[in-house]
Amino acid sequence: MSYIKVNQDKVTDEIAKQLLDICPFNAFDYTDAYLSINASCKICKVCVKKGPEGVCEFVETKQKQIDKSAYKGIAVYIEQRNNEAHPVSWELIGKAKELSLKTKEPVFAIVIGNDVAKIAETALTYGVDQVFMYEDPYFKDFNVELYTNVIDAFYQKYQNNVILFGSTPQGRSFAPKVAARLKTGLTADCTMLDIKESGELLQIRPAFGGNIMAKINTPNHRPQMATIRYKMFNKPEIVSPFGVIHHEDTKTILKNTGIKIIESYDKPRVSDIGDAEIIIAVGRAFKKQKDLELIEPLRKRLNAEIGCTRPLIENGWFDARKQIGLSGRTVKPKLIINLGVSGAVQFIEGMKQSELIISVNSDPNNKLFDISHYSIVGDIYQVLPELNLLIDKIMEENHGL
Amino acid sequence: MKIITCIKQVPASSNVQVDPKTGVLIRDGNNVKMNPFDLYALETAYFIKNGKPETTIHSITMGPSSATAVLKEALYMGSDEATLISDRRFAGADVLATSYTLSQLITHIKDYDLIICGKQTTDGDTAQVGPEIAEFLGIPHVPYVKEIIQVKEHSIIIKSGYDHHDETVEVQYPCLITVDKGVNVPRLPSYRRKLLMDSYKINMVSLKDLKDQNPDHYGLNGSPTQVDEIFPPIKRTEAVQLKGTSKELSKQLFDILKESKFI
Repeated sequence: MSYIKVNQDKVTDEIAKQLLDICPFNAFDYTDAYLSINASCKICKVCVKKGPEGVCEFVETKQKQIDKSAYKGIAVYIEQRNNEAHPVSWELIGKAKELSLKTKEPVFAIVIGNDVAKIAETALTYGVDQVFMYEDPYFKDFNVELYTNVIDAFYQKYQNNVILFGSTPQGRSFAPKVAARLKTGLTADCTMLDIKESGELLQIRPAFGGNIMAKINTPNHRPQMATIRYKMFNKPEIVSPFGVIHHEDTKTILKNTGIKIIESYDKPRVSDIGDAEIIIAVGRAFKKQKDLELIEPLRKRLNAEIGCTRPLIENGWFDARKQIGLSGRTVKPKLIINLGVSGAVQFIEGMKQSELIISVNSDPNNKLFDISHYSIVGDIYQVLPELNLLIDKIMEENHGL
Repeated sequence: MKIITCIKQVPASSNVQVDPKTGVLIRDGNNVKMNPFDLYALETAYFIKNGKPETTIHSITMGPSSATAVLKEALYMGSDEATLISDRRFAGADVLATSYTLSQLITHIKDYDLIICGKQTTDGDTAQVGPEIAEFLGIPHVPYVKEIIQVKEHSIIIKSGYDHHDETVEVQYPCLITVDKGVNVPRLPSYRRKLLMDSYKINMVSLKDLKDQNPDHYGLNGSPTQVDEIFPPIKRTEAVQLKGTSKELSKQLFDILKESKFI
C-alpha cells in the first residue's frame, strides 16, 4: 500500500497551517499538535512536493511490473446503430493512425453487429491494418452485456495495448463496463491523446470540474483505455485499402442477458448545433430570458444557430441539445460568437476547435479570451444594441437582402 | 423491495485554478454539497417506494467522515438507512478502485434488488462509477434513465434517453440504473423526517469489514490510472483584445464579421 507519511517530529503549528493551506482536498486534520491525513486524500503529493521540506513523505510499495512490450496494437471500437457507424469512430481511427506512427504498432478496428461487412470495408478505406468483425444475429442491437463479452473475448485473444471508444452516450456507458471487466484504467472524455514511443498512452482531459487540464497515464495495466469526444480529431484521408478483415468466431461468446429491449425509436431531429456552421453562444450575462431578443438581428443576419452554456439549460431557457460543452455538444463551426459566456473549461473544451472565435465579455480576465481570436471587452447590454443599429443600417442599404 | 442509492459529496463550487508558478491547485472555498445528479437518484427511489410502501431505501457513500452530511440529507429526504464507507487506505482511488470499493460495500450489505446512481458527479464528470459497480457485482446496468415505466416483481421497465433515440428496456433484478436529470423533481429534506431520523446512527464500514481485505486492491495501489501532471489550459497567442466605448466595440465587431465575409 502506498501512502503519505507525516513526520510528526517536524510538525509545528506554523507547519501544520502551511500544509492545511496547501492541500487542495482538505485532507489534513490538526488536533492536539498531531497532524493526520483523512480519507479525502487523493495522494496528489502536493504536500510532498510543495510543502515544507521533509514533513510529508510519499511511501510507496513496489508492485510487480508488467512487460509492456508484450502488448501491441491500437484498437478502436466502431460504434454503430442500425448498421450506420458513428463518425466519431473514424475520427478515432485517424488519431490511432497518428499515434501508431510513433510506436510502430498496427491499428485495429473492432466491429460488432449483424450484417456489418460494409462498416468493416469502410474501416479499411480509412487505412486500418486489421478489422476484427464479430457478426451474429444476437449482436444486431447494442446490448452492453453482450458487447462487453465481445470486447473481453477480443482482448483475451489479442492482448493489445490500447482500446479507444467514442465519448457518445453509448460509449460512456459501455467503456466503463469493459474497463471493470478487464480490471484496467479508463479516462473519460479525453480532449487530447498522445503516446510515448514505449507505448504509454497520455490521456488529457479537463479535471476537477474546473479550469485545469490533467495528463493521465496507465503505468502498469493493459489495455490502456480512453473515451474521446466527438469532433475533437479529424477524420483520416481515404486511402486504397491495404488491411485485412478477420471474421471472428462468435459461437463461444456468452449471449445471456438480463436486459431486454422493448422499444427503440429515433427522436425527431432538431437542428443540431453540432453540425452548425455559424453559432451564437449565450451565457449567464443574460439576466432575463426576454433579453435574448437582443441577439435576434445578429442571428438573422448570420443565419446562425443559438447555443448556450449549462446554467441557461438549468434555467430552462433552452432545450438540453443546445448546450455547448463537455456535458453538452462539442461544436466546430466556422464562426462562433460568445456573448456573456464566462468560459468554464468544460464549455471551452467543447468549442475551442471552432475556426473563428469572437467573444464579448465585460471581464477582461475572462478565460474564454485566452482561446478567442478576437476578445471584446464590453457589456453585452451596451454592445449589442449598438451592433443592432449597424445591422439595421446594412439591411436597409441592401433592401433587406 | 430493497433499493440502494449511491450518493457523493462534491465541492459546491467548480471554480478551481492552478497557480501558474507553483502548479498547486487553488480551490474556491471549502464548501461542499450533495452531487446534484444524486438528488434525482434519491427521488427515483422515493417514487418507487410511494407505489410499493414495503420498499426499504439504503443510501451509501464513500468519503471522509464529514461526508456523513450527505447521508443525513438523504435520511431527511426519505432514505431508511445510511452507510458511510471510509478508510485512509482508500486514499488516491481512481474510478476503478472507487467502484470496486463501493461494490465491496454493496456485497457487504448483501440484500438488494435495485441500485440507483446519478448519471455522473459534478466533480469527476466521468459517469463511469455506476457501470463499473454493476460489472464488479456481475449485474446488468442501464444508463440515462428518464422514466420509470413499471416496477414489477422481478424486473423493472424503464426508458433511457440517448443522443438521437430513446430506448425502453426491461431489466431483471438485481440491476443498477443511472438516472438523468428530469426523471423527476427532487424533494427537499423535511423537518418531519429530521425529527424522525435524528436518533438514527449512520453505519460505518471500513476495510476490515469487507470480504476482500487486501489493501492493494484499494486506494492508490488499486488504481490503474495516475495523474501525471496538472496544467492550465493552453492560451492562444495571436489573440487580439479590443477595448473602447460600446459604439467603437460594436463597429469593430461589425467590421470583423464583414471582413471575414459573414455579413
